[in-house]
Amino acid sequence: MRKAILSAVLVALATGTVARAETLRIEGSSTVGPIADAFAEYFKSVNPGLEITVNKNGSGNGATALIEGRCDIAAMSRFMSPDEFAKAVANKVYPVAWTIAMDGICVVVHPSNPVKALTSAQVRDIYMGKITNWSQVGGSNTPIVVISRDTSSGTYETFETLVMKKQPMAQGVEYVNANPQAQARVKTTAGAIGYVGLGFLEGVKVVPIDGVRPTKQTVANGTYPLSRPLFLFTNGFPKLGSIPFKFVTFYLSEKGQELVEAKDFVPVTNY
Amino acid sequence: MMNDGNVTLTLTPAADSPRPLVLTPGQDLRGYLAALLGRAFLFFLTFSSVLAVMLILVFVVIRSLGFLSSSSLMEFLASQSWRPTADPPVFGALAIIVGSLYVSLAALVFAVPLGILAAVFLSDMVSWKVRNVVKPIVEILAAIPSVAYGFFAVLVLAPWLQREFGFSTGTNALNASLILAVMALPTIISVAEDSISALGRELREASYSCGATRMETLLRVVIPAAHSGIIAAVVLGMMRAIGETMVVWMASGNAPQIPHPWWDLAQSVRTLTATIAGEMGEAPETSLHRGALFAMGVLLLLMTLGMNIVSEYFLARAKKAGGKA
Repeated sequence: MRKAILSAVLVALATGTVARAETLRIEGSSTVGPIADAFAEYFKSVNPGLEITVNKNGSGNGATALIEGRCDIAAMSRFMSPDEFAKAVANKVYPVAWTIAMDGICVVVHPSNPVKALTSAQVRDIYMGKITNWSQVGGSNTPIVVISRDTSSGTYETFETLVMKKQPMAQGVEYVNANPQAQARVKTTAGAIGYVGLGFLEGVKVVPIDGVRPTKQTVANGTYPLSRPLFLFTNGFPKLGSIPFKFVTFYLSEKGQELVEAKDFVPVTNY
Repeated sequence: MMNDGNVTLTLTPAADSPRPLVLTPGQDLRGYLAALLGRAFLFFLTFSSVLAVMLILVFVVIRSLGFLSSSSLMEFLASQSWRPTADPPVFGALAIIVGSLYVSLAALVFAVPLGILAAVFLSDMVSWKVRNVVKPIVEILAAIPSVAYGFFAVLVLAPWLQREFGFSTGTNALNASLILAVMALPTIISVAEDSISALGRELREASYSCGATRMETLLRVVIPAAHSGIIAAVVLGMMRAIGETMVVWMASGNAPQIPHPWWDLAQSVRTLTATIAGEMGEAPETSLHRGALFAMGVLLLLMTLGMNIVSEYFLARAKKAGGKA
């Protein structure tokens, strides 16, 4: 008898998400976060009683949470690494990627900076500490203040892959822990250079890279060298018609694209 | 009880009292066991906080063992190159250890003179009434969330430093240590003021009666007599500064370098706490990187433990001195 009750309790715990009000747990990148938030808000408005939590603590944490079964959807600004994938499979989790939007990493400088364009090699040299003064790249005689995102952010990882090509950054590089903070630092520092997502360009000057200016078109079609796709990962292909399925395919709808654009990202359907 | 005239002591219990005055051996034993159990329970509650400290220490040390045994401790303590995600990774924490001590000591340079002067002012110069209003307000400084200080540092102090002093970057060692100084002030003022006012009137009156002025009394008698408490206050302030995370993460710039020349506060530095907080999220569970961060935690624990012992020693001395005076 006691065993029966115990197993009943265990089953109830295991299937608890079904028994309770429906919840959707999303965890991961702070870059994908605004999109997930906008989607979540819309879903909650059309499905009263649905609970959606969005945790924005980094792509790596999102992947770990999905692997450990702590979330339904992992939001990631990079693709899952082979290591993470192997761990997931070992945990009987099968990650399925959904490319919901494109993001451009914009290299930004202070509005008063006269520099007109940079190559990605020049940006790399600046972050490696080989170029330390704006006069070396056609600017005024001002020391460069190099600002990077913290090493645990997806934005840093993408920048490291696309620009640094795994070369180490200089010791004097400053690290800030969020896009708005990077934006604020560049906005208020005359000699600063930084990199942020397309949604964080107010008050700073965008520098074209390799002759291409980051715009919705150049990011969506991949001609801008520092563009990247943004992902949602689910465990396996979600049941058709279920809430997770609707959520990860929402970007295909007109409303979804509208929300993606409202957050200054680029819809993938915008070819 | 003794003063209460209505109570009389009798050997027989009152009619409605459920308790007999003479216990059978069984009742006696039960009472004894209950008392013992109660004691054990309270002891356990008290001991659990001690246990928590022990467990944290053991946990952090165990998690760092993997790194300390497989990687060079020499490199960790002597190299300035912190590249945990490079291939192969380099875990040189010297610049970060120096950064932690650097901003904390710089914060003390600002906070200690200010804090001691404020403590003397509160204890000896203003009226008791004013002190009782001002001291709680100073202590409110300690209640402001550190992330609020952090925002102030990034959005107000950093641009201001750049504008007024022409620094190329405003999130630097100076910014972080100024904010840390403000955060350490309530601790320093509060503890120092307590120990200075605990000295008592006699000492001051003896000094005045010898013809000393107020300044002479304060500088030559009161402050030297209270030195144990003041040292404890400074050490506690230092602990506050070295353990602070959010503010240094936002205000210091987080560049893992040792300022060159050494007195140049306008350069960015990085601290142990900021490194742990910033990188723990992405360091894979069993990696060397994670172990290196735990090794930093061990270092921090050792530092604060040492400072705690020093402050306890001086606080105990201050208490003794206060009692004698």
